[in-house]
Amino acid sequence: MAFAFGLSFGVLAKASGMGSLAPVVMSMTTFAGSAQFAAASVLGTGGGALAAIGAATLLNTRYAPISLTVAPSMGGSPLSRLLRSQLIVDESWAVAQAGGGRVDRRILMGAGALLWFGWVGGTVVGVLGAGFIGNPARYGLDAAFPALFLALLVAQLDSRRAILAAVLGATIALTLVPFSAAGVPIIAASLACLVGLWRS
Amino acid sequence: MSEVWLVVLVVGAATVALKAAGPVLLGGRDLPPPVLRVVTLLAPALLAALVAVGLFAGDRQLVLDERVAGLGAAALALAVRAPILVVVVAAAVATALARALG
Repeated sequence: MAFAFGLSFGVLAKASGMGSLAPVVMSMTTFAGSAQFAAASVLGTGGGALAAIGAATLLNTRYAPISLTVAPSMGGSPLSRLLRSQLIVDESWAVAQAGGGRVDRRILMGAGALLWFGWVGGTVVGVLGAGFIGNPARYGLDAAFPALFLALLVAQLDSRRAILAAVLGATIALTLVPFSAAGVPIIAASLACLVGLWRS
Repeated sequence: MSEVWLVVLVVGAATVALKAAGPVLLGGRDLPPPVLRVVTLLAPALLAALVAVGLFAGDRQLVLDERVAGLGAAALALAVRAPILVVVVAAAVATALARALG
């Protein structure tokens, strides 16, 4: 999975003029699929460095609240926490949900490490084989991402409040798509979690 | 420095800081209950947004295209409690098929 997405990132990044080394370094250090796709597509359509940085960073601001949910289950020295926190990505965080807002640290780290190797390896193959593969959309990879998130979402809908937050989040995001830069709709949707302030 | 490397460096540094914020600042400590209730709902809210945007967002517009076939296949696979990998592959295959036929 991560390999296939890494591969499509490699292909797209190469096609948008990022060269070969930069996409691989980005996969190793940024390690966040949607932000990297956003940066590559902004650069590819001539949006410039500032717009690319803005879109990608905005998309990744969700990691601030996400990393807060991980904090209680992560001990150790500040340096080890800093390094291990880099394995937090949407997918590793989603599969590690242990209910009640807690995450399973072992699953998070294991899944994160697997995803990292798949993602970086896929990017390498993608930039090298860009000429042969063509457009990844042909293989339906763009629908695979939302399908994964849908499967993970269904597992999360264990209360009325969770369903309300999901409906609200999707509505906020879709409403904003026509009016805002890529990334903004997802960040704004995180506001839907504030229904948790309301006692039931 | 080229534009591309500037993007790689700045986005990389920002992402490292964002991911580390929680664990470095309050690692090992528990969150207060109201905060916990709110962050519990972050997962469904963000996942639903990722699904919606991934399926219906085009370039600054909402679009209905072959990805809907993928959504249908994924929903069907979920309804029969198929494993996640099957759900994902079904969505990709259905979308690719719809594109090839369309």
